[in-house]
Amino acid sequence: MKTAKELRAEGATPLVEMKDISIAFGGIKAVDHVSVDVHPGEVVGLLGHNGAGKSTLIKILSGAYHMDSGEIRINGDKVEITNPRDARSHNIETIYQTLALADNLDAASNLFLGRELVTPFGLVDDAAMEAECRKIMGRLNPNFQKFSEPVSALSGGQRQSVAIARAVYFNAKILIMDEPTAALGPHETQMVAELIQQLKAEGIGIFLIDHDVHAVMELCDRASVMKNGALVGTVDIEDVTDDDLLSMIILGKNPGEAADSTTD
Amino acid sequence: MAEATTQPIQTPAKRSLFQQLELDTRLLGMVGAFIILCIGFNLLTDGRFLTPRNIFNLTIQTVSVAIMASGMVFVIVTRHIDLSVGALLATCSAVMAMVQTQVLPDMLGFGLNHPATWAITIVVGLGVGTLIGAFHGWMVGYLSIPAFIVTLGGFLVWRNVAWYLTDGQTIGPLDKTFLIFGGINGTMGTTWSWIIGIAATALALFGLWSGRRARQGHGFAVKPLWAELTIAGITAGAILGLVWTLNSYLIPARRLKRMMEAKGETMPEGLEVGYGLPISVLILIAVAVVMTVVARRTRLGRYIFATGGNPDAAELSGINTRMLTVKIFALMGFLCALSAVVASARLANHSNDIGTLDELRVIAAAVIGGTALSGGLGTIHGAILGALIMQALQSGMAMVGVDAPFQNIVVGSVLVLAVLIDIQYRKRLGAK
Repeated sequence: MKTAKELRAEGATPLVEMKDISIAFGGIKAVDHVSVDVHPGEVVGLLGHNGAGKSTLIKILSGAYHMDSGEIRINGDKVEITNPRDARSHNIETIYQTLALADNLDAASNLFLGRELVTPFGLVDDAAMEAECRKIMGRLNPNFQKFSEPVSALSGGQRQSVAIARAVYFNAKILIMDEPTAALGPHETQMVAELIQQLKAEGIGIFLIDHDVHAVMELCDRASVMKNGALVGTVDIEDVTDDDLLSMIILGKNPGEAADSTTD
Repeated sequence: MAEATTQPIQTPAKRSLFQQLELDTRLLGMVGAFIILCIGFNLLTDGRFLTPRNIFNLTIQTVSVAIMASGMVFVIVTRHIDLSVGALLATCSAVMAMVQTQVLPDMLGFGLNHPATWAITIVVGLGVGTLIGAFHGWMVGYLSIPAFIVTLGGFLVWRNVAWYLTDGQTIGPLDKTFLIFGGINGTMGTTWSWIIGIAATALALFGLWSGRRARQGHGFAVKPLWAELTIAGITAGAILGLVWTLNSYLIPARRLKRMMEAKGETMPEGLEVGYGLPISVLILIAVAVVMTVVARRTRLGRYIFATGGNPDAAELSGINTRMLTVKIFALMGFLCALSAVVASARLANHSNDIGTLDELRVIAAAVIGGTALSGGLGTIHGAILGALIMQALQSGMAMVGVDAPFQNIVVGSVLVLAVLIDIQYRKRLGAK
């Protein structure tokens, strides 16, 4: 299989293209004509300050928000994503910053929320779901044991494994991770990093939103930086340093550009 | 996703015999409170409280509120409230009263007590209730008006729609067949009650057994066999005990004589016939079973609890929470109509004040039964037990001779106290 970089160099059709996306909330342009894309097996980092618009941009792809203008293409075909069900039907899975778990339900119920396994009579099959949940957890987090308790009783890392399990269990092709390591300790962060490498090898395209420049340098192939709703630029991680990325985030200028550039 | 390393299943640490039963301690507390209440009233009334006759009356008085309370659980679990249930019950009751006493007999020429009257009446009533409920749900879900406001408005609207429909008059007598849904006028008799009781016991035991087998099939830990058998014993005892009690309430000799004379038979000397299970109680049991299955074993129920626990998570998981709201309120409306059947049949007529203050009793029953107003938590059996406790309290105080104002003062205080105890209990458990 070709690497993402080779595919890009050949001009192959990206897995996902978000073209010229705009959305405004009450007159404030949260996302202003932004274009990003991801190839199979590629990790694209989305960087920017709080309020730069990266989470909003990604929520358009996951169906939580509806864009005002622009288009989304998957494998070159234009698609309409108006709600989370549409996104799921295109194999787009999201791990949200706020984890989006129902605290009062157990891990298996959360894993299958919206896509429950049912018996031939149409009733939810809790035992089968718990068995599947044990399988995927055995892979993701071998220490996980609290299967019969509501997820409110779990630690941050355990909750995160449930959220990640939900995204990877259903054969995602496109994965959106919104600060997946924000609530985690060093060991669990390492676990997420290994998982990302593994998913990449399986040909999944990943958008990774993160504040941490070092994490992006380590995990991503490319990075798109946003500031005040607009795209500052997209760079190959191999071509830039930490400081380049930081100056893109803080000053809103591309490496080598003059300080008083176009944005802002 | 090729690997299939399944998580090892831990053997549970050694626990006390009681913990191995895996009973819901909160439910146990409520059952305990109910038993203490009954024994207390029984002592104060010199044994008049725990007689078959009084238990029979208690059950049929509880049915109407308990049916609505089971629907209120879903409403409150999803962080909504329905203040209009009593008024909605009145409107459904008024519609059904008009259909069976005027529309069908006079306008459509069926005449009085036509064999199809009761069925048409109930279908119309249930339809009206479901539609009004769905309309409430649409306003809450799609127009984003808070449920408190929608149903507060509904409370005024439907109470007075009922008044308008009947000109404020008491409508009766109702259709003869319709009256069997009220309680005392429609019981199964002792033989059928035993048959139903034994069938229900068998079903419950089968349910326990198949649940255990499903968990064993996946190799999960199960309760020890003795614990499972104890639960089975308690279940069977409770079902058959209720049947036995209701069968022990004998039809008064004079009433029995009249009933047999109506059939053209003469009553043999010394004949004793028990009432058995009232049909209204059977309806309540059916509602409880169906609602419990919906809550625990269907996608609808799973989505209701997920939405209550975290509405954003539910929405992001692709659940159509707006449509879900419509369904929940439509179900609530359906159950209000079903309660209207039972309530108006029990009184044998439709009166203008039917269902007054029921909204508060229903909400109180659900809350005493452990439904959290913050959403995500609640059980059907808890709400029904809550309704039973409220009714026992009310009729017990009436039997002891507590003055009417004090009765309501006590019921109100108990509601607040029950919630306080619940909050303390959950804090100690560390649960939210």
